Amino acid sequence: MGIPVSGKNIFPSNIKGLPTWFSIRVSDDGYLARVAHDDIIVQMNPTTFQDDLNYDIPGGVVFYADHINLPIEREDVIVYPMPVKDLIRSAGVPHDLRDYMQNMVYVGIVGQILGIGMEFIKEALLRQFKQKPSVAESNFAIVKLAAEWAKTNLEKIDRYRAEVREPLDEYIMTDGNTAGALGAIYGGFQFCGWYPITPATSLAESLGMFAPKLRKDQKTGKNTFAIVQAEDELASIGMAVGAGWAGIRSMSSTSGPGISLMTEYMSLAYYAEVPLVLWDVQRVGPSTGLPTRTGQCDLNLVYFLGHGDTQQLVIIPSSVNECFEFGWKAFDLAEQFQTPVIVLSDLDLGMNLWMTKRFVYPDLPIDRGKIFWESDLEEHDGEWGRYLDIDGDGIPYRTVMGNKHPDAPYFTRGTGHDEFGKYSEDPEVWMRNMDRIKKKFDTAREKLPKPIYREMEDAKIGLIAMGSTESAVIEAQDRLADMGLLTDFMRVRALPFPKEVKKFIKSHERNYVLELNRDGQLHQIMIIEYCDMTDRLISLSYIDGLPMTADWIIKTVVRKEHVRND
Amino acid sequence: MTDQKVKANAIGLTRSDYRGERSTLCPGCGHNTISAQIMRACFEMNIPPDKIVKFSGIGCSSKSLAYFLKQSFGFNGLHGRMPSLALGAAFADTSMKVIGISGDGDTASIGIGQFIHLVRRNLRMVYIIENNGVYGLTKGQFSATAEKGLELKHQGKNPFVPIDIAKEALVGNASFVARSFAGDPKQLRVLIKAALSHKGTAVLDIISPCVSFNNREDTLHSYQWGRQHEAPLHDISYIPTRKAIILDEFKQGEIKEVTMHDGSVVILKKLDQDYDPTNKLQSLQILEEAEQNNWLVTGLIYVDPDQPSLYDYMDLIEEPLNRLSSERLRPNKDSLDVINDSML
Repeated sequence: MGIPVSGKNIFPSNIKGLPTWFSIRVSDDGYLARVAHDDIIVQMNPTTFQDDLNYDIPGGVVFYADHINLPIEREDVIVYPMPVKDLIRSAGVPHDLRDYMQNMVYVGIVGQILGIGMEFIKEALLRQFKQKPSVAESNFAIVKLAAEWAKTNLEKIDRYRAEVREPLDEYIMTDGNTAGALGAIYGGFQFCGWYPITPATSLAESLGMFAPKLRKDQKTGKNTFAIVQAEDELASIGMAVGAGWAGIRSMSSTSGPGISLMTEYMSLAYYAEVPLVLWDVQRVGPSTGLPTRTGQCDLNLVYFLGHGDTQQLVIIPSSVNECFEFGWKAFDLAEQFQTPVIVLSDLDLGMNLWMTKRFVYPDLPIDRGKIFWESDLEEHDGEWGRYLDIDGDGIPYRTVMGNKHPDAPYFTRGTGHDEFGKYSEDPEVWMRNMDRIKKKFDTAREKLPKPIYREMEDAKIGLIAMGSTESAVIEAQDRLADMGLLTDFMRVRALPFPKEVKKFIKSHERNYVLELNRDGQLHQIMIIEYCDMTDRLISLSYIDGLPMTADWIIKTVVRKEHVRND
Repeated sequence: MTDQKVKANAIGLTRSDYRGERSTLCPGCGHNTISAQIMRACFEMNIPPDKIVKFSGIGCSSKSLAYFLKQSFGFNGLHGRMPSLALGAAFADTSMKVIGISGDGDTASIGIGQFIHLVRRNLRMVYIIENNGVYGLTKGQFSATAEKGLELKHQGKNPFVPIDIAKEALVGNASFVARSFAGDPKQLRVLIKAALSHKGTAVLDIISPCVSFNNREDTLHSYQWGRQHEAPLHDISYIPTRKAIILDEFKQGEIKEVTMHDGSVVILKKLDQDYDPTNKLQSLQILEEAEQNNWLVTGLIYVDPDQPSLYDYMDLIEEPLNRLSSERLRPNKDSLDVINDSML
């Protein structure tokens, strides 16, 4: 492809029969965010016909299947009817395949009107039906027929056209869940316990697809990993905690409702100091909510996940490429800090297609953290306590089962324990241990992925965001600059925050914290952390289930700025 | 010091090498007997403590995990969710002997789901339920295994029918189900040995009286009731390897042998009636009869030594996963180039 592009499948929580939309963003400037209004709409479904018409911009184009017998009241759009059923019938497509083949009619007609070369469409079909070239051929026959029809019967009067460009070499196209799974595979994951839940399911399924190819032992041809579909999230996290404790790289993946169920084990993992990686691919709302829609509603949940003085390490990718990178880095962080690491993704990132930079091979060796095997214990003459802070960074050394050194075994418990893992209810011991864990988190603060900045000279306004809204923020930032409003953008990539976050907030008169949730959760956490700078932090947040748009950012930022200036 | 005390097993370890911390459970608690028999079984089977890993949930039973085998790694997990914890950990080194300790509160209430799913996956582990019909740590509430009509001090009369853990296990297609009684340590030890030799999940439902809250002589989970009503299915013995001479000795009575996955043999000598623990229908029937007749049937209720275990489906490398070097965990750079190229 010669131009950045993203594709979003907007679908209801349903198997078949209800309307779904697929929206493609193509932008010469490289913007990938969703737009609220479309240039070109292909209408195949009478149920949403009237509503969807309203989404077309003035001067936009509507292709529609002509058996949709509804009035078109807009006069400011260009309309191309498509005789979908007639063409399918005349092509002699068998009855049972007609519904499936209808799409090829619009592909042919849209291709013809926009000037997309038939050879590219054929190539795409051959790729799609790699295993069945005959299916690609029969589909392509319909495409050709439809294109011929359009050539003879439609006059092109719109302003859109496709042009051939050199492919963007450094880019690939995939989704964040596939990327996260591949990241985990290159990060040496060895165990995954999971339970199906939209929109996280495809992450574990991708593991199951790629791991058997990539992670067979070279010598024996046997698996160096295990994946278990658990009976529920209570069990999937239990398995992950067990595996992490026993010294293998362990993970689970879920979404908000699953995180709720995992809370108790995550508290134990925090306190017993068990490394594991947990992906939260966020969906919308409390309870079932909008399970097939996207949002950033779980930030507070995951950061404070647990009972009784807990806090979790959270890293937040914003691109498919970063899903891969955090996919492997998360294991190193979890084992370095001997605690769960939560990777906070969302449906838009996880399930939708994005052009993204090629995956980069890990530039750091695998880091297993402070782990003592037999020889290490011998070197230390057995001077070792599971929760003893030797190095002053709050991170103790751990041993794992199978270690034959007589001083290696210890009893892991959620009950109060001292530096040597012994049961204790001593007030001093409790306080000392919890303070040490806090120290460990302060060490982690500066070792987690640092923020990414996109700055403009002389900007006095800060934009702060996280995760998949990055593409909308970048687009908004450029357009705001065109309007004369210069901003610096800081994308936060981890919690707890490193010191740079404070510096950024402090160096801007106003910081708009942009997020896809009702209450402005990132803003809330910043207010807690930086209570001396609350006047510099302004929350701009909303949630409607759809990916954030640049339009919304521009509209709300401009409104706030005007209110100030009035 | 007597010879008995320092006597070592075949791997040169003494009984004290299998000890745990001092028990803080009530004196006379059935759980202490079970701990003692686990230690003795492991000692007699010559299992090095570093080849054993222990797990438990929450409750008195789960506390007991600390009171045996302190030279083994152990993890005291969450209420009713020890099966998942053990399952994840087991993959790190499949050569370990896994022992799980649970109670009736832990297994038959919050844990019933994980319990059933554990047995259906048939993870190789010994799953012991220390079953006393009552919640001890929270001071005497009914558990789900308490019999209908049981009266407890602060609770009144139990109106509900109990859950039979052995029956649940059987219906869940468990490959090894046994019931025993803390008042019968000899049988218990043999069953633990057989369980440790099993290739799948071995469920041991052990009636283990709670001397503080549920030990009245007329109640189902008490010592006295157990002694009066125990109905062993067979006289059971365990021999670590098949030896013709020993087997001959047993041939004097009517016996049934079950060869376990590791080559050991469980010998079941007939008592009152013919009983075939490899016959699932008969197993279900005996449990039903026991319930109707108020028998405490003990012994090996059901066994299928060859049922595939979870590992059989995993095609795992034999070396412990937790000892694999980092180089063996990360695919090479070329493989990533291939993936990138496939996503153009």
